[in-house]
Amino acid sequence: MRDTSKRYQPVTGRAILYGVLMIVAAYYLLPLILMILTSVRSMEDIRMGQLIAWPESFSLEAWRQAWSEVQIGARSETGLKPYFINSIKIVIPAVAISTILGALNGYVLSFFKFRGSDFFFAALLLGCFVPFQAILLPQSQLLGWLNLGGTIPGLVLTHVAYGVSFTTLFFRNYYVNLPHELVKAAKLDGAGFWTIFFRIILPISTPILVVTVIWQFTQIWNDFLFGVVFSDPSSQPVTVGLNNMVNSTTGETRYNVDMAGAIIAALPTIIVYVVAGKYFVRGLTAGSVKG
Amino acid sequence: MSVTSKKGLDYWLPKLVLSPTVAIAIIFIYGFIIWTSVISLTDSTILPRYDFVGFEQYVKLFQNPRWLSSLWNLVVFGTLFIGVCMVVGLVLAILLDQQIRAEGALRTVYLYPMALSFIVTGTVWKWLLNPTVGIERFIHNLGWESFQFDWIVNPDMAIYTVVIAGVWQSSGFVMAIFLAGLRGIDTSIIKAAQLDGASLFSVYSRIIIPSMRPVFFSAFIMLAHLAIKSFDLIVALTGGGPGNATDVPAIFMYQFSFQRGRLGIGAASAVIMLMTILAILIPYLYSELRKPKDA
Repeated sequence: MRDTSKRYQPVTGRAILYGVLMIVAAYYLLPLILMILTSVRSMEDIRMGQLIAWPESFSLEAWRQAWSEVQIGARSETGLKPYFINSIKIVIPAVAISTILGALNGYVLSFFKFRGSDFFFAALLLGCFVPFQAILLPQSQLLGWLNLGGTIPGLVLTHVAYGVSFTTLFFRNYYVNLPHELVKAAKLDGAGFWTIFFRIILPISTPILVVTVIWQFTQIWNDFLFGVVFSDPSSQPVTVGLNNMVNSTTGETRYNVDMAGAIIAALPTIIVYVVAGKYFVRGLTAGSVKG
Repeated sequence: MSVTSKKGLDYWLPKLVLSPTVAIAIIFIYGFIIWTSVISLTDSTILPRYDFVGFEQYVKLFQNPRWLSSLWNLVVFGTLFIGVCMVVGLVLAILLDQQIRAEGALRTVYLYPMALSFIVTGTVWKWLLNPTVGIERFIHNLGWESFQFDWIVNPDMAIYTVVIAGVWQSSGFVMAIFLAGLRGIDTSIIKAAQLDGASLFSVYSRIIIPSMRPVFFSAFIMLAHLAIKSFDLIVALTGGGPGNATDVPAIFMYQFSFQRGRLGIGAASAVIMLMTILAILIPYLYSELRKPKDA
């Protein structure tokens, strides 16, 4: 609502304000626009002109190349496609398991407190902040012992182990603010642990469920460190594939293919952001302000 | 054990449900931190070996010029990254708080880089900053032939390109935190100050910004955490180069542990990284936990 009693503001002031905001918006948008424009140009076009230019040609050839043809490293399957599929195979179970664990933990830590449960919650939060470098060496040992080194299940296990602190934090902070009478009354009526969870708590958990799924999806899809340390060529995620593709030094640099590849790698999280931006922001701020 | 009575089950069930996560915390978080610390006290090379050598690896680490320069790079990068992100984030939040028409759309634009992987950000900025194809070339073609912007290939300046790309990725996030903080302020105080004739500038500098101290604190923690962990962005943007000009502790740790087979010194560097984060975090958590419950 515009406050009419507000002090008189010169029109030029507003114009400058909007001007600054637009220029800043351009700064954030230009790299993305450049990515898109470059990805639809032909190499011929780029060679004749320069990288930062309006397309003289239009083709989706670079996209096809990046998706299924470009040779990345020495592997027999070409293109980003196998990496993209690996990422999907990692993300789906890792997000599902860590979210379910987080919901159950949050439920217990809010409504079924026992001696030491608050202490445990505080102790678990270290997992949100530990620099992963401090756990990489033992984790690679453990995955080796479990015969999971370089495999997709190994990466799923890793992402669950280091994601559960965040998911628990999200659900616990959400549940702790719910009216406790709700659960107390159900307990008096003789409802059990699972009945209360499935009948009362889960149906009102949709907002935090969305926030958590988006947060975990973005984190795991964008992960590079675990992907590069704990995978072998058959299980590498798309971030590692993209990095290898861009940095393979053989032949001429094909900017259009690199840019198409970068968009392919970024597309899932961008779509999530565009579709559910509100929840995305809520997750970011919940992870920080309440952390 | 017979846990047949209803009461018994109710007693054990919550603990049972929590137990996988307790195991995760004990093994993957605390156990592994201890394990890494133990390795840092041994002479492990390619494989962990448990011949203890005291703090020798730490001595070697702090005699290693690459480690020292990676620490210095982190100081330079971290200070600028945190500082610029805070300033840009705060200014954008204040500007957006002036009853802007397209606030939602602008917010979406400012924040989308946060949804991208640092690898994608690094890839794009690598070409933009590359003097032979990117911005420098573009300006040359516009007719300004002497324009020079070759920081990414200049060892003295390359670390600042990491700041540019990092700020592009993370400043919108800081804006979102600050905007949430601004919206949480009691507007009656502001109105009263304005009635007393306070200018917009002094309302912000004397009332609003001081009352957002906790928000500054959490933004600082998040950014410091991002800076200390930063790995992907630098790998994709400069690969740590030119030479070792943009080396940071996370890259040092990765290379010494997984490429050079020097686990002992790699573990020691990881422990130093952890200590740095804890040194920043513990005062923060302490002040958070002391707050009244529904603050």
